[in-house]
Amino acid sequence: MPISDILHETYRALTSNKVRSSLTTLGIVIGIASVISMVSIGQGAQGVIQSSIEGLGSNLLTIFPGVVQPGRGIVSSGRGSAQSLKNEDVNILRAVEGVASVAPELSRRFQIVSQVGNNTNSTVFGVGPEYTIVKNLKLSSGVFINENQSRSLARVAVLGATAAADLFGEVDPVGKTVRIGGINFKVIGLLEAKGGAGFGGQDDAVFVPLSTMQKILVGDNYLSTVSVSVADKDLMAQVKDEVTFVLAMKHRVDPAEPDFSIISQADILGTLNQVTTTFTMFLAFVAGISLLVGGIGIMNMMLTTVTERTREIGLRKAIGAKKLDISRQFLAEALMLTFMGGLIGIILGWLISVAVSTFAGIATSVSLMAIIIAFGVCAAIGIIFGYYPARRAANLNPIEALRYE
Amino acid sequence: MLECKNISKAYKSGNLETRVLKNASFKINDGEFVAIMGPSGSGKSTLMHILGALDTPTEGQYWIDGQDVSRLTDDELAVIRTKKIGFVFQSFNLLPRTSVLRNVMLPLAYAGVPTEKREEMAKSALRGAAFPEGFWNHYSNQLSGGMMQRVAIARALVNNPALILADEPTGNLDSKTGEAVLQTFQELNEKHGRTIVLITHEREVAEHARRIIQIRDGQIISDEIKK
Repeated sequence: MPISDILHETYRALTSNKVRSSLTTLGIVIGIASVISMVSIGQGAQGVIQSSIEGLGSNLLTIFPGVVQPGRGIVSSGRGSAQSLKNEDVNILRAVEGVASVAPELSRRFQIVSQVGNNTNSTVFGVGPEYTIVKNLKLSSGVFINENQSRSLARVAVLGATAAADLFGEVDPVGKTVRIGGINFKVIGLLEAKGGAGFGGQDDAVFVPLSTMQKILVGDNYLSTVSVSVADKDLMAQVKDEVTFVLAMKHRVDPAEPDFSIISQADILGTLNQVTTTFTMFLAFVAGISLLVGGIGIMNMMLTTVTERTREIGLRKAIGAKKLDISRQFLAEALMLTFMGGLIGIILGWLISVAVSTFAGIATSVSLMAIIIAFGVCAAIGIIFGYYPARRAANLNPIEALRYE
Repeated sequence: MLECKNISKAYKSGNLETRVLKNASFKINDGEFVAIMGPSGSGKSTLMHILGALDTPTEGQYWIDGQDVSRLTDDELAVIRTKKIGFVFQSFNLLPRTSVLRNVMLPLAYAGVPTEKREEMAKSALRGAAFPEGFWNHYSNQLSGGMMQRVAIARALVNNPALILADEPTGNLDSKTGEAVLQTFQELNEKHGRTIVLITHEREVAEHARRIIQIRDGQIISDEIKK
């Protein structure tokens, strides 16, 4: 039987019971739409995380004191008490080949009070002048801490955008005074808002010279992290090894079991990608279950159809239909249902993801890949769940089928 | 030409073997109008299934136009049915919600006849079955029983088969309509030289044929040609 005839028969069969056909299709529509929208939410989250990590500065190695515990992951390192990084380490790191600049920092939370009486609890970072370059920070007004201020224990501070808003509202804070831990600091600069909430948190922070932080605010000379920016992305691995080696020598520990940890942006990105991929797969899996249910709906309807149309199948066989003709006809019906459902489902899923990003503010991204996979899954469902009923129809004995009541 | 030689059919269920057809032998020449008559359970349906290439005999041989079809596979039998046989059933078996023309064209789709030729062939078959032209585009389920059976006859004719096999064609019709349908068969035989085999249990229906084969308990008991 030519394809055009099969398509015509399929159309006739599906339109002869419109309600049943549309309800069966609805199962596939819901399945595909949920797969498309869930995957788009997952991939949207992945995109946001990726760009905010990259915004923190690429080519960056971050050295933490202590050891990152396996199982707790790289991001949530329990580094609170270790004090193995010292000021002397910084100079050694500067000498390593391929290192562009080194930015040591010491951070601790303090209660900060402004002239006008507002107060906030923010992280205070003791940093050097190279910090803006390494961390890719930009000033919206004033200047950053310079070399002189670092050496002379100057009581100056640069405010992050959120901290400035908390302390001074809309007013430009440059030239004003803040009290950190009971000591007055003069505000000399204001950073541009960076966004990327949650990672690094440079917006809700106050920066003071490292020496001031160590000697006046904290009273100790250890460092909480050292950021190393590498001259070239290709040198990352090499520099990481070299830094591990020289620091281990300096600390007199085995380089295989150092008393510090080094993570690169790539490590963080990799871990987070792993997390978001798992998240996306989980969402897709849950949505996939509804697709499976939709497929079973198709099979159920096709089996009912085959039983209902037993006499018609008998007649078709009597007038010359071969097994292949019959199985093709029923397979075509199942495929037509899934394709219709798939097409509507893709459009619906895309609309849902647009709606989610518009009204709920969650970033989504519908990829061509997701659509191609969804369509492939549709075809597979049509064939898998349509095959058994079609084969059952094709194998009916024409004599018995014609007698069927 | 059809020829049966010692055909038997037995059904096995467990250890029990039931022989419903025993050593039937006969010949039907082109242009004959034959009635196969017998009460229910006589084996006439089984014989019809074998004659119509819906089934194969367990023993013996059956030739249609010189081709032995008694040992063919299901799909090979399907090809024989498309080319050689036209069926008319007691319960019409038309596709509902489908026009008369489409119903008649259905066998042509399986025979692989090009789309543009089909309509002309279907129309000439409908004329042959004396089906009124005004109803060609009606849905089959909007027709009366007699009209439905004419559509079925046209569908059986459309492929120019060697044999038209009618299984109790008047069983679901009142006697007047049944008579008209039987006359159509007679006309097809006399004017167009169609070979027709009519299966029935009624003597009056069988009387329309020119030759009556009687069957009882799986055996042919008489084969008479009317003068």
